[in-house]
Amino acid sequence: MGTIQVSSLGKAYKQYRTRWSRLAEWVLPFLGLRHSLKWVLKDISFRVEPGEAVGIIGINGAGKSTLLKLITGTAQPTTGSVQITGRLTALLELGMGFHPDFTGRQNAFMAGQLIGLSGAEITALMPQIEAFAEIGDYIDQPVRVYSSGMQMRLAFSLATAKRPDVLIVDEALSVGDAYFQHKSFERIRQFGQLGTTLLIVSHDRNAIQAICDRAILLDAGHMAREGRPEEVMDFYNALIAERENSTVTQTTLADGRVQTTSGTGEATVEAITLLNERGEPIETAAVGTRVTLRVQVRLHAPVDRLVLGYMIKDRLGQAMYGTNTHHMERPLEDLKAGELVTYHFTFPANFGPGSYSVTTALTSSDNHLLDNYQWRDLALMFTVANIDSRTFVGCNWLEPVIEIVR
Amino acid sequence: MSIGMLRGVVAYRGFILGSVKREFQAKYRNSLLGALWTVLNPLAMIVVYTVIFAQVMQAKLPGVTSSFGYSIYLCAGVLTWGLFAEMVGRGQNVFLDNANLLKKLSFPRLCLPIIMVLSAALNFAIIFLLFTLFLVLSGNFPGWAFLAVFPVLMLQVIFAMGLGMSLGVLNVFFRDVGQFFSIVLQFWFWFTPIVYPLNAVHEGIRSVISLNPMTPVVSAYQGILVSGLWPDWGSLVPTGVLGLLLCLLGMQLFRKRAGEMVDEL
Repeated sequence: MGTIQVSSLGKAYKQYRTRWSRLAEWVLPFLGLRHSLKWVLKDISFRVEPGEAVGIIGINGAGKSTLLKLITGTAQPTTGSVQITGRLTALLELGMGFHPDFTGRQNAFMAGQLIGLSGAEITALMPQIEAFAEIGDYIDQPVRVYSSGMQMRLAFSLATAKRPDVLIVDEALSVGDAYFQHKSFERIRQFGQLGTTLLIVSHDRNAIQAICDRAILLDAGHMAREGRPEEVMDFYNALIAERENSTVTQTTLADGRVQTTSGTGEATVEAITLLNERGEPIETAAVGTRVTLRVQVRLHAPVDRLVLGYMIKDRLGQAMYGTNTHHMERPLEDLKAGELVTYHFTFPANFGPGSYSVTTALTSSDNHLLDNYQWRDLALMFTVANIDSRTFVGCNWLEPVIEIVR
Repeated sequence: MSIGMLRGVVAYRGFILGSVKREFQAKYRNSLLGALWTVLNPLAMIVVYTVIFAQVMQAKLPGVTSSFGYSIYLCAGVLTWGLFAEMVGRGQNVFLDNANLLKKLSFPRLCLPIIMVLSAALNFAIIFLLFTLFLVLSGNFPGWAFLAVFPVLMLQVIFAMGLGMSLGVLNVFFRDVGQFFSIVLQFWFWFTPIVYPLNAVHEGIRSVISLNPMTPVVSAYQGILVSGLWPDWGSLVPTGVLGLLLCLLGMQLFRKRAGEMVDEL
């Protein structure tokens, strides 16, 4: 069974003041060191248990790729160590070792040996690789006539032909077209179910939340957060929006979930309530009934333009529906400090039974990156119950009108 | 060389042999004549050295009566020098050229220089086989002394491997090494008695040339192939020792710097 044990891992690159400094250091070692260390990763410790799936997230330059390189062994750590048990496959870059003038089959042989498969194994796996890649007769054509998507298909099929004990994936989830993306994602998920230990780097919130049991947020080479994917993702989103004078806070709610609030605070959500058709506050809505989300916003400073956005997420943090007053063409302008604005969003509760949360965002445009007055996850929780509708499954209520001809 | 490194290389033998084969095939992959080109190219080279020098220019080697004397002398040096230059030249770039692989995949890195050595050896084997055929057909085959070519080749390969490996590692950190050594190789060629006989040069320069570790190696080939003489093994000892020392240095550099190397690529 595969495990990954990362112990106080650190990576620093040597930086020399001039090109000559390195020569001096090599030739005259007794005169002391002439380089300074630039730390890109520091003090990373975590353990991935057999069969567990862990996601690693972080902005560009946070050290994700370096961490993966250290774990796969292409780069050597400056401090600490990595221990892996079981057979490791890393999908860091697909199609390494492909030569354009050779056929797909020949390249699969070479590249397969490069990742540690034996010739006999590849021969045995070949029919399966061909079948999964679905590139047809192209398998016996030189790779230079392949489209980049076909190359990726072949490379992915080869790399995942044999289920490893530990699989490391670096944003390779987006392989080829939508169909193959789905297929490759499914294969990774299947590996997980069969007991493969997964370590995934991705920016895709849905992918992380759908597969991972745990997420780790890297920020500037440190482990900024470790926990449930949903909560770490929320923190990550807030972190992206962080500006000089904004703060990110996370508080644990009564039910154990973690609420993330960030923003610069010019405007804040003062109250948020879900109302039924009669205007009474409710916590549970019946499937298909009309509900109104009432949001009261308080201005603390003059704001030129105010946009309120909300997103309804399911229990796993997957987005169900989200919009804002920018997209709905109802932004407000020239607001004074102290003003109170009340919004009513009325919509049918066409959700499947379950618990849902509402995230609110106060911004000046259609995203929260330019100005982030306030971002609040889990601002409101409500449940949807199937009281008088026919039984169905899923997270959307899409009851059909049925017409049958026989 | 540690046992672990060796075991890794053995585990990747399929990859090594496959790579050598692929490199060989890649050269003529899209040509009509295919594998024929791998013979035609060296054949042309041998024809130039033999027919042109022997028949057209009538170049003669002092003290050798055979009409092909100088041609054989020239080939004995040029062909083996070609192997040496290819191994050193490619050795110094072996890590830089494969930077992408080294950065993205975890595999025994020692495979790369081994692939390089084997594929240089393969190229040499073809051209040397053609040359041997020429010797037999033209009635200039040296007899039993020919067997001495192989231990001398062995020694030369060790020397070239040690040098190439050391330069290969250094070149990652100091790119000047590669540039510098391309120049050095050119001068080295002319400071080795390949085109001219050693006794044709001025006294003063001759003593310098004798210090050149490639001089006894090339002289041994020339002696064997031109006159059928067994080499003076004693003269080869310094080169052999130097070769072994360079191999040790190369491995030491590689072991100490392999991790840091990836950071520099």
